[in-house]
Amino acid sequence: MAKLYSDRKLATKKLLPKKETIQFILQYSKALRVVKVGNLNFETIAN
Amino acid sequence: MAKSQIPDALLVQMYVSGDEAALATLIKRHQARLYNFIYSKVGDRDLADDFFQDTFIKVVNTLKSGSFYNEKGKFLPWIMRIASNLIVDYFRKNKNIKMQRDTDEFSIFSIIKDSEPGIETVMISNQINFDLSKIIEELPEDQKQVLIMRYYNDMSFKEIAEITGTSLNTCLGRMRYAIQNLRKIIEKNQISLTA
Repeated sequence: MAKLYSDRKLATKKLLPKKETIQFILQYSKALRVVKVGNLNFETIAN
Repeated sequence: MAKSQIPDALLVQMYVSGDEAALATLIKRHQARLYNFIYSKVGDRDLADDFFQDTFIKVVNTLKSGSFYNEKGKFLPWIMRIASNLIVDYFRKNKNIKMQRDTDEFSIFSIIKDSEPGIETVMISNQINFDLSKIIEELPEDQKQVLIMRYYNDMSFKEIAEITGTSLNTCLGRMRYAIQNLRKIIEKNQISLTA
């Protein structure tokens, strides 16, 4: 019987975002405050 | 109940009510799928990180302003659509780079010049050098020697005089005769040595 020479497909490594990116999003979320006045939204970012 | 078992819709509600940790759980839960989705579209790690960040900034802004999000239990498709729209916008913007086409009045090649000699110039130059070397071979040995040392070896007449064991004046004279003889051969054979 003929041999099969096809390579086993290598498992692709799952990519993840940088830790700094996630840290930035979480910090941004903590710092952001949205105040609703009537139809308007006021966004403030605390330092 | 551990945060990792809470459904997306509930986590979103918790986040909107002020639980910042709920966002961390949502990010942790979906980061791999979202990031790989973005990476499959852009093929660049840095760009993928930028899009990932922009996507969640949009998510945060939308949820905190308490509007637009009403897709219960469909958090992942929602953030994927945000990412997809951001990517489409980015590539649409970057496609609009002005293209310069040649017209009758203006050609870009009048500004940009190629300093390298063309193949024709190189061939003509090689031919001239070859013809010249053949003519030089016709010169008497003493004249040929001085001419080669001066022009091809870049030596001074003083150095040539020392090496050949002759006086400076003899060298200068041989050089003069060499040039005169070259002219004669060129005229006699009607050789053109210009490009």
